[in-house]
Amino acid sequence: MNYLILSAILFTIGAVGVLVRRNAIVVFMCVELMLNATNLAFVSFSHQHGNLDGQIIAFFVMVVAAAEVVVGLAIIMAIFRSRRSSSVDDANLLKY
Amino acid sequence: MKAEGIQAASWLLIALPLAGAAILLLGGRRTDKWGHLLGAAMPLGSFAVGLAAFFQMLGYSGNARIRHLHIYDYFVVGNFKVDMGLLIDPLSISFVLLITGVGSLIHIYSIGYMAHDPDRRRFFAYLNLFVAAMLLLVLADNYLGLYIGWEGVGLASYLLIGFWQYKPTAAVAAKKAFVVNRVGDFGLSVAILLMFATFGTVQFAGVYGGIGHASQGTVTAIGLLLLLGACGKSAQLPLQSWLLDAMEGPTPVSALIHAATMVTAGVYLIVRSNPIFNLSPDARLAVTVVGAATLLAGAIIGCAKDDIKKALAGSTMSQIGYMMLAAGLGKVGYVFAIAHLIAHGFFKAGMFLGAGSVMHAMKEDVNMRKYGALRTVMYITFGTFFLGYLAIIGFPGLSGFFTKDGIIETAFNKGGTSGAVLGTCAVLGAGITAFYMSRLMFMTFFGEKRWDDDVHPHESPLVMTIPLMLLAIGSVFAGGFLVLGGFADFLAPVVGAQEHKFHWVSVPGTVTLLLMFAGVALAWMQYGARPVPREAPRGSFLTVFARRDLYGDALNESLLMRPGQWATRLAVYFDTKGVDGLVNGLAAGVGGSSGRLRRVQTGFVRSYALSMFLGAALVVGALFLVRI
Repeated sequence: MNYLILSAILFTIGAVGVLVRRNAIVVFMCVELMLNATNLAFVSFSHQHGNLDGQIIAFFVMVVAAAEVVVGLAIIMAIFRSRRSSSVDDANLLKY
Repeated sequence: MKAEGIQAASWLLIALPLAGAAILLLGGRRTDKWGHLLGAAMPLGSFAVGLAAFFQMLGYSGNARIRHLHIYDYFVVGNFKVDMGLLIDPLSISFVLLITGVGSLIHIYSIGYMAHDPDRRRFFAYLNLFVAAMLLLVLADNYLGLYIGWEGVGLASYLLIGFWQYKPTAAVAAKKAFVVNRVGDFGLSVAILLMFATFGTVQFAGVYGGIGHASQGTVTAIGLLLLLGACGKSAQLPLQSWLLDAMEGPTPVSALIHAATMVTAGVYLIVRSNPIFNLSPDARLAVTVVGAATLLAGAIIGCAKDDIKKALAGSTMSQIGYMMLAAGLGKVGYVFAIAHLIAHGFFKAGMFLGAGSVMHAMKEDVNMRKYGALRTVMYITFGTFFLGYLAIIGFPGLSGFFTKDGIIETAFNKGGTSGAVLGTCAVLGAGITAFYMSRLMFMTFFGEKRWDDDVHPHESPLVMTIPLMLLAIGSVFAGGFLVLGGFADFLAPVVGAQEHKFHWVSVPGTVTLLLMFAGVALAWMQYGARPVPREAPRGSFLTVFARRDLYGDALNESLLMRPGQWATRLAVYFDTKGVDGLVNGLAAGVGGSSGRLRRVQTGFVRSYALSMFLGAALVVGALFLVRI
């Protein structure tokens, strides 16, 4: 149960970080935080119910997160190279 | 009975001129050299076939003279079957001989008349089309086939009236003829639909066989609708306005329209549908009223026109009015209607072609006030025209005398008030006819020369004068030959047998004769004995009234055209403000709101993320709510 509370706290921190921070790297780290918070929730539910489904899904999430890190960091690098900034608010050309 | 021998080949009657039109129209400029010869040969060929069929018919007797020729099944839809076939009977063969005979003469005349026109080939193609359509109209054995011919005649007249389409007046006149005819066509088409609804067939035989079982109201309705159709084609009141404008076409066209084809179609329709009209006194009365009104209106218009062709056009209106009057009188009337039609075909064709010959001599000037004394230079034209003139005013012994007096007598024989009124109209009309035709005669051929300085009249070539002579012979003898020669017995298989004896001397006949001489004398006093001014005097109220076609155009304009324009304007207003307003408003509303809505797309990733979170939270909240 405590694990779940920890997971909720971590997730909330991550979500708030995504919403309030401008630095793309920090936003990215917050996204990772949210993913790992859900992983924690999966694993603790798996332990609680005594089956392996949650653990397996946690692995899947990790794999997806690794792939996402590669793609995301590449995008951030590209944006930084062209704009000399990693602020997410500066990259706002795609709009009305 | 089935047609045999040469009558079995009577499809050639229609096919020959139709082939002529097709060859000349599709052949294009290559056929320019010999196109007019082919064009004139085709109706002549038809005439030969018609004559052969006629003589074969004379070999039969009684009802055996009615022969059917099945050509093909036009279409079969469920129970509705239309056989396209030809009906060769005394009525149709009379028309065939008139159309092809007079039509051929007009074709031959046109060779000379249109000699200098670069589009002579096209002209002959249209003439052939005209003749073919008219032959289909009179030969079809069902109303649908008749309707096809009817429309074909309308199309050909449109093409021919507007032949010189570079003249705006000609183009407008052609359009007017087409539109006015359309009103009549509408009546005919509704009549045909009504027949189909009532009898389930449009074959003549089927319709006339079942007409006895139909209700009186239906029969009268069909009769009145047929009359509307006849009014359109035959230029009867109230659809007369196109005829006078139709003079914009070349003169042989006027001759063809007025003598052999087109305007006679209405009379044919009424006489052909005689089983319908026999059963409906109301429809017959309507026909006579239209005829009597038109014969007076046409005669009055003819009195005031200075344009030689328009004066003749007024006279045609009037003469067709006589035929309609006769056709509405039933029984004996049918015979006189057709007899007058054939006689009229000869003298009116002769006079129109004569007028064309005069115009040819006068450099296409149609104003009679600039003619005068033409008898001194154009002997043949004058002679033939004079015979036609005597025939139309009903000079004793010539065509008009027999046929017109027959109509007048039949009108009086109808009895009652209506008979007296109709007869009086017919007698008055004969007097006015004598006046306006004498006026035309005196202004054109008598009096002193009033020619323009650069005009040197000369007689037309033989190719034009020989048809004139042949037509003059017809104008002299046709009426007497038909009336005294037993035309009533000849038509009996179609319109029913009737006793009729021609009276050389009768009270109405004598009054008519006196009025005729009075008319001629009046015209002599006004236009023969006195010099005719070259400029038209202003004239009395009545003259202006007649010059403006009895204000027929003004009436049409104020009653139909202006309200129509207002209606279209109202419709356009409703369309732009109402329909367009609604649609445009809707589009503007969607556009405006989406323009506001797209401001949501700010480009800030964090605001998108916020909305995603809020949305996810909302979904989770909703799930919780549902679960609890």
